[in-house]
Amino acid sequence: MKQDYLDHRGRPRVAVTGLGVKTPAGTDVDGFWSTIRAGKGMARTITIFDPSGLPVRIAGEVRDYDPVEYFGPKEVRRQDRVTHLGFGAAADALADAGELAADPARCAVIAATGVGGLTTLEENCKIYFERGASRVSPFFVPMMMPNATAGVISMSFGWTGPAFCVSTACAAGANAIGEGVRLIRDHSADVVIAGGTEAFTSITVAAFARMGALSASHNDDPEHASRPFDADRDGFVIAEGAAFLLLESLERARTRGARVYGEVTGYGRNSDAYHITAPSPGGAGAATCMQLALEDAGLTPGDIGHVNAHGTSTPLNDAAESEALRKVFDDAVPPVTSSKGVLGHMIGGAGAAEAVIALLSIRDGVVPPTANLERVGDDIGLDVVAGEARHIGSRPALSNSFGFGGHNATLVLTASA
Amino acid sequence: MEREEALSALREVAVEVLSVDGASVQEDARFKEDLDADSLDLVELVMGLEERFDISVPEEDLDGVATVGQAVDLVMAKVAAKA
Repeated sequence: MKQDYLDHRGRPRVAVTGLGVKTPAGTDVDGFWSTIRAGKGMARTITIFDPSGLPVRIAGEVRDYDPVEYFGPKEVRRQDRVTHLGFGAAADALADAGELAADPARCAVIAATGVGGLTTLEENCKIYFERGASRVSPFFVPMMMPNATAGVISMSFGWTGPAFCVSTACAAGANAIGEGVRLIRDHSADVVIAGGTEAFTSITVAAFARMGALSASHNDDPEHASRPFDADRDGFVIAEGAAFLLLESLERARTRGARVYGEVTGYGRNSDAYHITAPSPGGAGAATCMQLALEDAGLTPGDIGHVNAHGTSTPLNDAAESEALRKVFDDAVPPVTSSKGVLGHMIGGAGAAEAVIALLSIRDGVVPPTANLERVGDDIGLDVVAGEARHIGSRPALSNSFGFGGHNATLVLTASA
Repeated sequence: MEREEALSALREVAVEVLSVDGASVQEDARFKEDLDADSLDLVELVMGLEERFDISVPEEDLDGVATVGQAVDLVMAKVAAKA
């Protein structure tokens, strides 16, 4: 392998050559990116189910997506919403990548989710308790299992390499991409489709509301509910959605003449080992995770042009992440944005969608604004991009994702020279 | 119950559950080969018939049921046994 195609540790450089999204901000990459750049919140009153009995009645929903176009009328009934979204995004990323000419045995799938087929789970639990065992769907298990999306992608693509699910809550989408990068680096696969997907149900909303994690004061003003880093933030907005990236070695991508969006040059992941939902004090775990990603990329903090933050809009996360960023960057933190102001929190899909955004930001040399940021919280102390997209040039980006369970994952994304 | 009535009901359930063209649901149609129904599809189809006719079809009664005609036989026997 030519030296140019190896990274600072002698590993194959990993290119992103396909993108696919099914999100509240759009179901094709161009539409998605223009909505993200516009920086307007996409949360609305919930329509997927009747939310009238819930304390929080707003969410980010994926509109204008007909999964029948991807599955056909029979198969669409055999898959949960989480797989509808995930497979649609993965199929788009595959199509976007062009002719791969790959050995199917060397092609891998990593499909993340926080939980999996919750809609199916909720429906069948209700049926089981109300009407008994004989009414439970024979498709309950294959629709509900968290690895369903990975299995469906591998089957549909005819890919026989490794296919599996990463489930690390809100860090899962970023973990999927990072682990996919490792498959390419260690020559376990030539091509990897990696990303994450999530769908929510009424009990999800009820449960997150009971935790006090959701923004509860914007039922009549949903588009302004998710306000990362804002002084008046009061919780996150749940969202459904999926994003997938097609990964391959830069050498392979260049050889086949593929369009390269950028490279994933760094991946860090670690654990807080502190509390099942709260971040470790001072964002200590998150800070270490970012340092690991920078080391993996062979970069120093000064090389980073902007940060696509986890930025959930909860008081706790945004304060801890800010502290971690100030620690890692020694108080010279580059511009920060959080896409969750627009998207809400897609849980297992979030990290993948944000990696897509970071790549497009680098491609176009702009940092999209954080929706709804009016007054930066006193506990933040960062330069958070708000209002208009900011032109900064194509410098490397750092993208954070942190999950319940104390899971941290950070990606470094870089333009491909 | 008339045989035609049972076939017609089964056809309706099959169209919904298997997403097949109603015209393909004939007595001699084979579930697996002609209607692309695997074992899980059949379980769901039977659940639909159980609801429709208020009958109960134990798993073991499905052994040997390979065609639409055989399924009609089974449904008619169950409905008759109920009366």
